[in-house]
Amino acid sequence: MQLSRRLFLGGSVALAALLAMPRALLAAWPAKAFASDAASGAMNELFGTDQATPSSAISLDAPEIAENGAVVPITVETSLENVQSVSIVVEKNPRPLAISFDIPPGTQPNVACRIKMGQTSPVTAVVKTDSGLFSASKEVKVTIGGCGG
Amino acid sequence: MASKIKVKVKLKGDVAEVKSLMMHPMETGSRKDPDSGATIPAHHITELTFKNNGATVMTVPCSTAVSRDPYFSFSFGGAKAGDTLSVHWVDNKGESDSTETVLA
Repeated sequence: MQLSRRLFLGGSVALAALLAMPRALLAAWPAKAFASDAASGAMNELFGTDQATPSSAISLDAPEIAENGAVVPITVETSLENVQSVSIVVEKNPRPLAISFDIPPGTQPNVACRIKMGQTSPVTAVVKTDSGLFSASKEVKVTIGGCGG
Repeated sequence: MASKIKVKVKLKGDVAEVKSLMMHPMETGSRKDPDSGATIPAHHITELTFKNNGATVMTVPCSTAVSRDPYFSFSFGGAKAGDTLSVHWVDNKGESDSTETVLA
């Protein structure tokens, strides 16, 4: 009896450690912001506000028409200083927050990636600097959605 | 298993231009299997980290809205030939992959 209890306890501790591990790895992952189904909700979760100042210092390069919504190339460049992060929000995606780049000092705020879009939607690049939130938007038309379902 | 991350770095002075391509299904969790009709569970990279000589130069939290076989590019300053750039990702199933390249 004693032995099986010990085994059980040891097993539980090992299991708990195993369960806790991925959570520790994902500590920085903003799950709530990514799970939000509204652009404003995602921004509130990520930044504490959904207000960003439109800025001409941000250049958002995306296609006018994306034939395939599964692969939409997006490039964001900005001349703003002390950039902390660049996030890409696709308003009409089921989960609007697509990706976020956390930019440490020394790294240039010029990033590119490819994202999925479910339908035609405004795409917004949100740039966080030490003086606030700035944004640039562009409407991307999608002929074939890329979110499945 | 060999790493499925490709990374290319171009040095321009002390600025390193990084281009990286990795293999990952990036399932959204809303797609259905055409034969069985069952929903294919989400399987996507959650976080991608680039480090130069151990110092983080870029962290990328990703959602399912990142395309399959993701491509990323960015550049960082303070780089020199001989530096080691490492790329590492983890996904929502706890799988991970990493690779290293020496700047030239």
